Amino acid sequence: MAKKIFPKEDVCVGCHLCEVYCVYAHSKYKKPNIKAHELVKLYIKHKDSKPTPKILIEEKSGTWTTFALQCRHCDDAPCTKACITGAMKRLEDGRIICDEEKCVGCWSCIMACPHGAVRRGENKKAASKCDLCLELGEPACVKNCPNEALEVKEV
Amino acid sequence: MKYVIIGNSVAACGCIEAIRKVDTQNPIVVISDEKYRVYSRPLISYYLGGKVDESKMYIRDEDYYEKNKVETKLGKKAVAVDFKSREVILDDGEKVKYDKLLIATGGKPFVPPTKGFELKNVFTFIKFDDVKAIDEAIKSGAKKAVVIGAGLSGLKAAEALIKRNLDVTVVELANRILGSILDLEASRIVQSELEKHGIVFKLETSVDEIIGDGKVEKVKLKNGEVLDCDIVVFAIGVVPNIDFLKGTELKINRGIVVNNKMETNIQDVYAAGDCAEGYDFVFEQQRVIPIWPNAYNQGETAGYNMAGVERTFDRGFPMNSIGFFDVHMITAGIVVPNSDDIEVLVKHDKEKNAYRKIYLKNGRVVGFMFINSIDRAGMITNMIKEGFNVESIKHRLLDEDFGYLDLPKEIRQEKILGGAKA
Ligand SMILES: Cc1cc2nc3c(=O)[nH]c(=O)nc-3n(C[C@H](O)[C@H](O)[C@H](O)COP(=O)(O)OP(=O)(O)OC[C@H]3O[C@@H](n4cnc5c(N)ncnc54)[C@H](O)[C@@H]3O)c2cc1C
Ligand code: SF4
Ligand code: SF4
Repeated sequence: MAKKIFPKEDVCVGCHLCEVYCVYAHSKYKKPNIKAHELVKLYIKHKDSKPTPKILIEEKSGTWTTFALQCRHCDDAPCTKACITGAMKRLEDGRIICDEEKCVGCWSCIMACPHGAVRRGENKKAASKCDLCLELGEPACVKNCPNEALEVKEV
Repeated sequence: MKYVIIGNSVAACGCIEAIRKVDTQNPIVVISDEKYRVYSRPLISYYLGGKVDESKMYIRDEDYYEKNKVETKLGKKAVAVDFKSREVILDDGEKVKYDKLLIATGGKPFVPPTKGFELKNVFTFIKFDDVKAIDEAIKSGAKKAVVIGAGLSGLKAAEALIKRNLDVTVVELANRILGSILDLEASRIVQSELEKHGIVFKLETSVDEIIGDGKVEKVKLKNGEVLDCDIVVFAIGVVPNIDFLKGTELKINRGIVVNNKMETNIQDVYAAGDCAEGYDFVFEQQRVIPIWPNAYNQGETAGYNMAGVERTFDRGFPMNSIGFFDVHMITAGIVVPNSDDIEVLVKHDKEKNAYRKIYLKNGRVVGFMFINSIDRAGMITNMIKEGFNVESIKHRLLDEDFGYLDLPKEIRQEKILGGAKA
């Protein structure tokens, strides 16, 4: 059974804090106790390639609705079947992850993901998608959303 | 019970992975005439261009066969199958018995009879060994290359050769490059980008003769032009690799004919991937769809059925994601309208050099071409697959920020939260 993150559009503030914490959680500076303001170190270090969040905020001009979409860790994940390198794969714990070292940025996963949940990461070189932050115990976006608009469930 | 797979590429992986989800015990044997463990064909151009090294060519971990209890017979070619006695005969005389057989022999290069094809430094562009040989030729001083065919693999070859600092001319019989995935307008956009990187195109002509004394020196084209060159790469296309099965009772049309369970006309014999001819959901006909995701899906479907779990795959259609230098494109389904009742939506943002074209039939997407504007394209691919009616949102489909917020709330929630019910 895989864990998934469920966005609640009715209470999402559209503040993008989940993105901030996502970037921080996946940065080289990550510590168990995440403090997003330490991101500034990252941005200074990576001047020409801002780290990309693995989350995608949907917002559209003219509507107030916003929500944060993550990879659904699909049971029958089309991204893994389309990936030409084997970078996109399912781990034994059920998560789908992208091995960014292996990825060549062919974007077959973007072609295949029905949710549009894969982003082109840093410098558009490798695919960037939610890995559920399992190493941290709880996804950083969920933990740090100020309005509890994200929830993890095992389904 | 013993499963045997001929071919060791992505269709084989799909099959192995499906079998092992439902049957962890019975033996699986994989036979391949290539000596490598399972690697990626699409990556050969990346290898040649220096973007990936040998270690990254492999699409599964080193312990893959061991973990999945697969016995491999690598570097051995299947030369015949005796469907009566249920045996695969290998080139060294060995006979491999099967209870369930998957034929996943993929494609082989199509080369029209050409004078001079046997000369040194004339290559095809399909296998790992092909690019290793090209690499050797470059290391021993080749400077000028002629690539024959401006399809996906020909242009990938051209890109890699430019990255290795060769002069590259691409020869193409059609009036446009990437004819299988782009229409004329889109193809011109991509061509001009490739020309900026130094690739020279000769369209509407083809090779007449390859000239040289033991080794390639010149290529003579049908239009009379003669090009100096050190290497020639044939990349016109692939055809199903099934010669060794012709003349048997196996039903073959263009490829091995399969139903939506990947069964052939012979009991317990299945086929999948580039050697198989299955149903194309968009074109509504039996076709070979020689692309990676299709090969995986067909292999997987075959695997489940071979292991006794009924599964069907009837949503195959062509789709491609490919990039050259900084131009990226994703296309799917119909890319050149094939009937009068197709509605065309198009948007060309010249400033960003972004192009989106979508074809609709009865309010449903049947094909699209996105160039330099590809984020979230999978949502559209999925709409083709689901036959989703887009009538009310159709003009939003051309916008880069098209997303779930363009769908009614109930549908959006169903799609996003759907997993909760699964
Ligand atoms: C250069 C290049 C780039 C490509 N890029 C893309 C891309 O970006 N996206 C995409 O979707 N597709 C791409 N493709 C197509 C993709 O590689 C194929 O669709 C896919 O590999 C098909 O997989 P398959 O398992 O059917 O067979 P194949 O990959 O063709 O493998 C078949 C295997 O069977 C072996 N075999 C054949 N006959 C025998 C025999 N008699 N005995 C033993 N072994 C045998 C072959 O040697 C081979 O190892 C590309 C292809 C090439 C050549
Ligand atoms: S990236 Fe897309 S296709 Fe892959 S598991 Fe996540 S949601 Fe599913
Ligand atoms: S972009 Fe990377 S992860 Fe996505 S399909 Fe290509 S190689 Fe795989």
